[in-house]
Parts: sequence; C-alpha cells; structure tokens
Amino acid sequence: MSAVVTGIGVLAPNGLGTEEFWSRTLDGVSGIGPITRFDASRYPVRFAGEVPGFTARDHLPGRLVPQTDRMTQLALTAADWALLDAAADPGDFGEYDMGVATAASAGGFEFGQKELQNLWRLGPRHVSAYQSFAWFYAVNAGQISIRNGLRGPMNINVAEQAGGLDAVAQARRMVRGDTPLVVTGAVDASLCPWGLVAQLPNGRLSTGDDPRTAYQPFAAGARGHLPGEGGAILVVEDAESARRRGAPHLYGEVAGYCSTFDPAPRTGRPPRLAAALRGALADAGIDAVDVDVVYADGAGVPELDLAEAEAIAEVFGRNGVPVTAPKSMTGRLNAGGAALDLAAALLSIRDGVIPPTAGVTGPDERYGLDLVTGARHVRVGAALIIARGYGGFNAAMVVRRCPPAAPRPARAAAVIQGEGT
Amino acid sequence: MSEFTIDDLKRILRACAGEDEAVGLDGDILDSGFEELGYDSLALLETASRIEHEVGVAVLDEEIGEVTTPRQLLDLVNGRLVQKV
Repeated sequence: MSAVVTGIGVLAPNGLGTEEFWSRTLDGVSGIGPITRFDASRYPVRFAGEVPGFTARDHLPGRLVPQTDRMTQLALTAADWALLDAAADPGDFGEYDMGVATAASAGGFEFGQKELQNLWRLGPRHVSAYQSFAWFYAVNAGQISIRNGLRGPMNINVAEQAGGLDAVAQARRMVRGDTPLVVTGAVDASLCPWGLVAQLPNGRLSTGDDPRTAYQPFAAGARGHLPGEGGAILVVEDAESARRRGAPHLYGEVAGYCSTFDPAPRTGRPPRLAAALRGALADAGIDAVDVDVVYADGAGVPELDLAEAEAIAEVFGRNGVPVTAPKSMTGRLNAGGAALDLAAALLSIRDGVIPPTAGVTGPDERYGLDLVTGARHVRVGAALIIARGYGGFNAAMVVRRCPPAAPRPARAAAVIQGEGT
Repeated sequence: MSEFTIDDLKRILRACAGEDEAVGLDGDILDSGFEELGYDSLALLETASRIEHEVGVAVLDEEIGEVTTPRQLLDLVNGRLVQKV
C-alpha cells in the first residue's frame, strides 16, 4: 500500500498558485522585500517574504474572513486549490473517509496580537469571541475540515520547520490505515510585530540591510535567514484508491520518512541529522545513489549550514548529490517551508528540473556541496527533503516518481485461487 | 443612540461576523432566523459585544442564546434603551 500526492496548492512569497510559484522559482525570481505588513523600520529585521496580492475576500466566503487569521486564510485557499487540483469532490467520498493532518509553528499571531491589544487597552469585553480559536495553532486543520466537510481523523504537528514533513508522514500513516484521502502540509504566517519579536531571541534572523544578500544559505557570508509567510497544502491518497477514481495527477509517492531529535546543547553528543537522512532512505528502501536531488533545510546560519552539509556529506559523500535551497527566494516559512519544499520536489520529478538556490553565487568551499545555483535540467526519480526545526527537531522525507499501475491479476491466477477454495 | 435600527444591526453583523453571500442581508430580514442567515452562536456573541460597545446596552450571553431573529434582538435592545432614558 503506498501513499501518493494527487493535489498541490501553493501560496508563496514568489507566487500565488502552483504554476506561478514554480515558473518564478525556476527563473530565480525572489519574493523577498521590505516588510510592508507593519512598520518594521525600528526592528533589527526589516525584510521578509510576504505573499503579495492576496485578498482573503477574493477567495473565501464573507462569513469566514472576520473569524480567521491571515495564516488560516492562506491555508484555506491553498486547501481549496489542492482539492481542485486533485479533482477530489468531498461528496464522492464516505463521510469519514477524508482526514486532515497539518503542521503549524506559531498560530494566528496577527489576529492574536490585535485581540491581546484590545484586552489590555480596552478590557476583556472588547476581545473578539473568535479569539477563542483564531490564534490557536490547530486552527488551520479545523477550518479546512469544516469548510470541506472532511470528517475523518485529524492531526496537528508542531515542530517548527520539521513539522511540515512530520504532518505529511502522519498523513501517510492515516492513508495506510482506513482513511483513503488526507489533506496535509502546512501554511504559516506571522509577519506582525509579535510574530517577529518572538523569533528575534534565537539569534538566527538576518539583520542584513540588502534584501538580495540578507539570506544566503550555504554562502560564505551567510548571516542568518529571513522570515516569510505561506506554504503548501497537499492531497495525499492511497495509490490504489487514487487510480481507481481516476485522479488526474500522481505527482509522486511519499516513499520514506524519518525524524530524529538532536541531543541537548553542551552534552558533546553529535547531532542526529544524518541518522534522519539514513532513516528516510531505509524507509523508502533505496540507497543514497538513487536520490537525484536534496532539498536542504538551508538555515543560512554558518554553524547550522555546516552541520547540515556534514550530514549530507556523511550520507551522500562530498559533492555527491545536487543540493538546492529555493527558500532563499521565499525566506523561511517555518512548517509551511518544508511543505513548500516537498511540493517543489514533486514538481522537480514531474518536470525533470532542479530549481536554483537563487541569490547564492557559490557555496562556501568547506561545505563540499554541489549547490544548484541555476535551474538544472536532469531526470529526477527520487528527491530527499530535509527540514530542521528550532529546538532540535530533524525530519527527512523521500518522494519518488509513482511506479506504473500494477498489472491486473492474471486470469490464470484467479482461476487457480478459485479452484483452491 | 435613541433607537437601535435594523440597519445598525446589519452594519454590525457585516463588520464583526461577515455576510453569507448565499443569503445576504440586503432584503427584509427582520423575521429571518439568524441560523438561516448564516450566523451561529459565536457570531451572535460577537454581535452582542459590539452592540454593548456601540449602544451601551448589555445583552447577556444567556439572553443572546435565546434570541432567534433580528426582530427579537432589536426589541430586546430597544426595550433596554427606553429603560435607560
């Protein structure tokens, strides 16, 4: 039994919709610019990847807009697009046959900040009743379920960037059980003062004053990353059931997954990232040589880039596999970023092309990485996606081209079986 | 405010809970059920709290739970407004 991706919905800083995002990504078009959603002039971080030109009212019913944070509005739209792409009409499935498994990193921070300001400025009677769920980290999954009538099991993972892959792994578990279709992936957005300030203490955000160079994963001058908003929602289905209903796209199989947790700092024990990479390959039943591209986590923080490069070299050898981090064009979208990388990896399989780590002219030599800095046309049969979440979370996932449909059981075999009973 | 009108209520509903395109608030909705207009209990709680801020009349949570149509809500609010005067 295998789990395949049949639908993709993308809202990214460099493109609304899968095809716009993908063509701009291949062209190296960045979505990073000055923060416009609030006045960031007095903050040390002034650039981000904002999703441009998205007006919730154009995509969602009027009743939903006042009760949702921007991250939920983006997620609901992405889910609509993913289900449309999969040509999956909830009415054609059993009442409990469709589930939701998404990841989140923060919750609806912009909505939450506004209501907390109402609370402290005006008092508790001025806090919106919708605050009860609108800022909750689980809200995207709940709203996707309600809007589309997906009444099967639901699951929410919180592991920062790694959560985007953990959620899809959970979707695969659900599909292997008795839920034939699961809406999964992640969309994060917290480009508000509170969301930004909450990320400042980790020291990983770039304070660079040029949006073209502020976030350069694996570059010699890397000085941190920029935040961003958006992500991808995917439809994952049981392969057999997807084929039976005539799903128009089989983007790829969720073939392997592994998550590990790094030891606490100062214990002297080595990081566990390489173990996650090996675990995902083993789970997929493939060897390192079978992987055609690695989508890196690309923190843009020298010590984290070095640790990731060492893990990749340990498994694939130095310069042993093409590596890319197209998030240099979007900023880090937290859980949404890993889901977006997964979507891009599936499109690499579809189109036979690896997108560039735009803006990085060459990686630091000591990393030993074959970093893709211009779109590279090459057959992609399998891709490995790496996601690391703040606090020690590591996740790795292998997606591969869907094998051709299994041949129908031979007539003779059916006859023999019939004789035996 | 001397009287809380249906237009005041429509404005508040649109601002705090949005409008269901399939039904809309444009027509005569005085005796339409809130449920049929697309508003759930949470939307009405939110509406009650806006009314309190704008009109200065408190509608208790348990009272708003009993109200089923715009006319009933207007009567409740305007009854209190008269008492205040």
